[in-house]
Amino acid sequence: MTYLAKPRLHHPSLVPNELGFTRRDYEGSVSTLCAGCGHDSISAAIIQACYELDLPPHRVAKLSGIGCSSKTPDYFLGASHGFNTVHGRMPSVLTGANLANRDLIYLGVSGDGDSASIGFGQFAHAVRRGVNMTYIVENNGVYGLTKGQFSATSDKGSKSKKGVVNHDSAIDLVSVALQLGATFVARSFSGDKAQLVPLIKAALSHKGAAFIDTVSPCVQFNNHAGSTKSYDYVREHNESVNRLDVVPLRDPIHVDYAPGTTVQVTQHDGSVLSLHKLAEHYDPTDRIAAMSYLAQRQAAGEIVTGLLYVDPEATDLHEALETVETPLNALADRALIPGSGVLAKLNATLR
Amino acid sequence: MSGPLTLTNDFVVKFANVNGSGSASANSMFAKSVLRMGVPVAARNIFPSNIQGLPTWYEVRITGAGHLGRRGGVDLMVAMNPQTWDKDLAEIEPGGYLFYDSTKPMPASKFRPDITVVGVPLTALCNARYSVPRERQLFKNIIYVGALAALLGIEIAVIEQLLAEQFAGKDRLIKANVEALHMGRDYVAETFKPLGLQVRRADAVGDRIYVEGNMAAGLGAVYGGATVCAWYPITPSTSLAEAFTDFCQDYRTDPETGKARYAIVQAEDEIASIGMVVGAGWNGARAFTATSGPGVSLMTEFIGLSYFAEIPAVIFDVQRGGPSTGMPTRTQQADLLGCAYASHGDTKHPMLLPQDPGECFEFGALAFDLADRLQTTIFVMLDLDIGMNEWLTEPFKWDDSRQLDRGKVMTHDELEAGREFGRYLEVDGDGIPYRTYPGVHPNKGAYFTRGTSRNPYARYSEEGSVYVDNVQRLLRKFKTAATLVPGPVRKDARKATRTGVIYFGSTTPAMHEALEILEAQGQHVDALRVRAFPFSDEVYDFIAAHDRVFVVEQNRDAQLRTLIVNEGDVDPAKLTPVLHYDGTPITARFIVKEIGGLMGGATPTTVRTSVPEAAE
Repeated sequence: MTYLAKPRLHHPSLVPNELGFTRRDYEGSVSTLCAGCGHDSISAAIIQACYELDLPPHRVAKLSGIGCSSKTPDYFLGASHGFNTVHGRMPSVLTGANLANRDLIYLGVSGDGDSASIGFGQFAHAVRRGVNMTYIVENNGVYGLTKGQFSATSDKGSKSKKGVVNHDSAIDLVSVALQLGATFVARSFSGDKAQLVPLIKAALSHKGAAFIDTVSPCVQFNNHAGSTKSYDYVREHNESVNRLDVVPLRDPIHVDYAPGTTVQVTQHDGSVLSLHKLAEHYDPTDRIAAMSYLAQRQAAGEIVTGLLYVDPEATDLHEALETVETPLNALADRALIPGSGVLAKLNATLR
Repeated sequence: MSGPLTLTNDFVVKFANVNGSGSASANSMFAKSVLRMGVPVAARNIFPSNIQGLPTWYEVRITGAGHLGRRGGVDLMVAMNPQTWDKDLAEIEPGGYLFYDSTKPMPASKFRPDITVVGVPLTALCNARYSVPRERQLFKNIIYVGALAALLGIEIAVIEQLLAEQFAGKDRLIKANVEALHMGRDYVAETFKPLGLQVRRADAVGDRIYVEGNMAAGLGAVYGGATVCAWYPITPSTSLAEAFTDFCQDYRTDPETGKARYAIVQAEDEIASIGMVVGAGWNGARAFTATSGPGVSLMTEFIGLSYFAEIPAVIFDVQRGGPSTGMPTRTQQADLLGCAYASHGDTKHPMLLPQDPGECFEFGALAFDLADRLQTTIFVMLDLDIGMNEWLTEPFKWDDSRQLDRGKVMTHDELEAGREFGRYLEVDGDGIPYRTYPGVHPNKGAYFTRGTSRNPYARYSEEGSVYVDNVQRLLRKFKTAATLVPGPVRKDARKATRTGVIYFGSTTPAMHEALEILEAQGQHVDALRVRAFPFSDEVYDFIAAHDRVFVVEQNRDAQLRTLIVNEGDVDPAKLTPVLHYDGTPITARFIVKEIGGLMGGATPTTVRTSVPEAAE
């Protein structure tokens, strides 16, 4: 971490976005994570994505669990309400918050301990329910705050810094999310900002459960030889299936990729995802094919990244529950209380 | 006692049935027919954790005097379950009556000489008339209702009316049921004389309604403005969330769009349930969960977060027999300590203690105002006895001028006008800070919510003095809570006395009856019904004004007494526990025996104590 407070003065070269905000307006407090932590790169990518999408910062609600990753919402979007909940339970709190006010944008940030171990159940159920959210797991395969224990996403056979070999099989959150019905599934790498920023933008514009597994090396406890979540290992084994451009609805659509290598996906909110295909025949709108491809590449020791699956016709929990358009937290008394007349009639049926 | 019992509008009928045999609706109709004749009833289901096959009982106390507690003892046993025959027979008061299906002959050794036996060949009657097995089973229940009506003087037209209401629009079913009803009535009229137990039309019910506490609490949540309900099925609370669902469909559907002004999620477990409630509460919606003791155990980490991060939440705890899985279908008041101090660290939480379904509605609605006002978890403590049994209770009332109290929420305009905002800043001296809803203002009022210690402006701090100031403020807030929750209700003895009794919740009707009996015995006791935790000064003033105070409750460890002693520095020697915790509802007989015995100096005269209470 740095002990230098960020300067209040804006740099003259900072360009305001459509809303007149500069990138600086999307930042938060100074990070207290270790220098070089992958998580800080993800925070930077979130800031960049929100800035580029012209989101009003205060209309984002950021929620997290407990752990290094879950501390990060303090380090971006300082004008947003944030909620650092309890370990592994961010998904339920986010679900409740989302039910209360469907008009905000919900960003859940979690870690591999938080989502794959203690909170595996909550992760699964929030995804199943199709809560409209962007759910980012900052995945370093290790418990950082408690100094280096394996997490449930550590690959079998990988070695801890102390030389201990992990004998449990790993949980692949991407495969799980696909199986559970997430309508947007991506994987990226904290060290690949060019890939990560558009993925976060696309996820934020997605209406439904959008999940991004972001491999994020822990410089203290999981960046050594023998780790499968180190900078070197991920760079060597990364197989990116596509590169993404997100074109919001209001922008004129122009794509400069060569025809035949680009897939365009229009999301529910009208935004267009332009996917520049890197892997042959990879179709990100086919869930079954995505699961099968992932399994094949995983067996070959590769980490597949990119937008792995998107359902452009996704629906969310509010649609399933058929809730009113007005946020539930804004309904007036008269819309909530049936009144004394109703009680009189009800009483008559109970005699 | 000699000869058959002769009692009018004051006796207990108990039905012994097999679970899943369709007896529940017939039995409930029996109770309701007595009510419709203007005679109060108190009916209780005694059932196993099972869907089909195990024994189940339904106990109806017919009480012209309006004693709604369980009496104990049985004057007429309707023995429909061979599995429990011996035990059921043993429970009948001397001089009492037995009604049974006489299709199969029973040896004389299976009966008691001191009771009157009424055998009706129900199965034979049924088999002669019906051929479909399901019809045989269901109509058998209606036949015995008809037979009992004739034996007890219940007006047959009243039952016909109830059948017409139950099957409104299905004339064929009404006709078939009425026929079965008459079949039972006619058989008895030709064969037996009416029993010494008689129901006589009266006018003692008034405008009271007959309803389950869980239903009333679910309705209270609707009137309290709850929009988010997250829950996980658990006996005996399930019907509360289901009632809320039904009421929302009826009363909270937008008439123009058909859309829901509510969101109900059946969560994956109780942890997720309370997590959703906390998330919704944080975001400005009124939210609740309904659960029982094991669920509260799972929720405790979140309850601590709600306490420390100051987030409104409402938990309805429909208490059952604990600990662990305990007695899931039996009643107790044994979660008081677990809820009052739920979660690690120094925590305490307000609890509302309704006495009946009427208060389940009232407190159910009030809980949401209190949760928003106090920005913390409010428990509404029902128990299985109130929650899952129909009780005669005052009709539901609502003042249409009443507005929901959203508590201290700083608005966009106040922030815009430059009003100082510190999420945990003491402003008014009552320990309650202001909060903002997420998304309220572009650059003011945002804060980071966390379970870690923080300063008045919500910034992380582990500074000792900052922490102490904050938790001291929380104590002030708890003192404020004592002034906002419903105060105790006092009921003084007719003569001045230095003896008092404190009680709460479902103990109330049994307590009131016991007080009458004690008074008649010349034992005078002032009574105080506690309606909430934290306790107001009136509770401690009451204790100070008496030399000895009994604390009557339905748990082993005297949990209410512990709370009183702990929170008010009361000398424990002054508080004598009176405890009933076998899983059945407490009775006036039990209270009179305990308190009367401990007080001494008077001889019980009016209480029948010849048969020990059965512990099912």
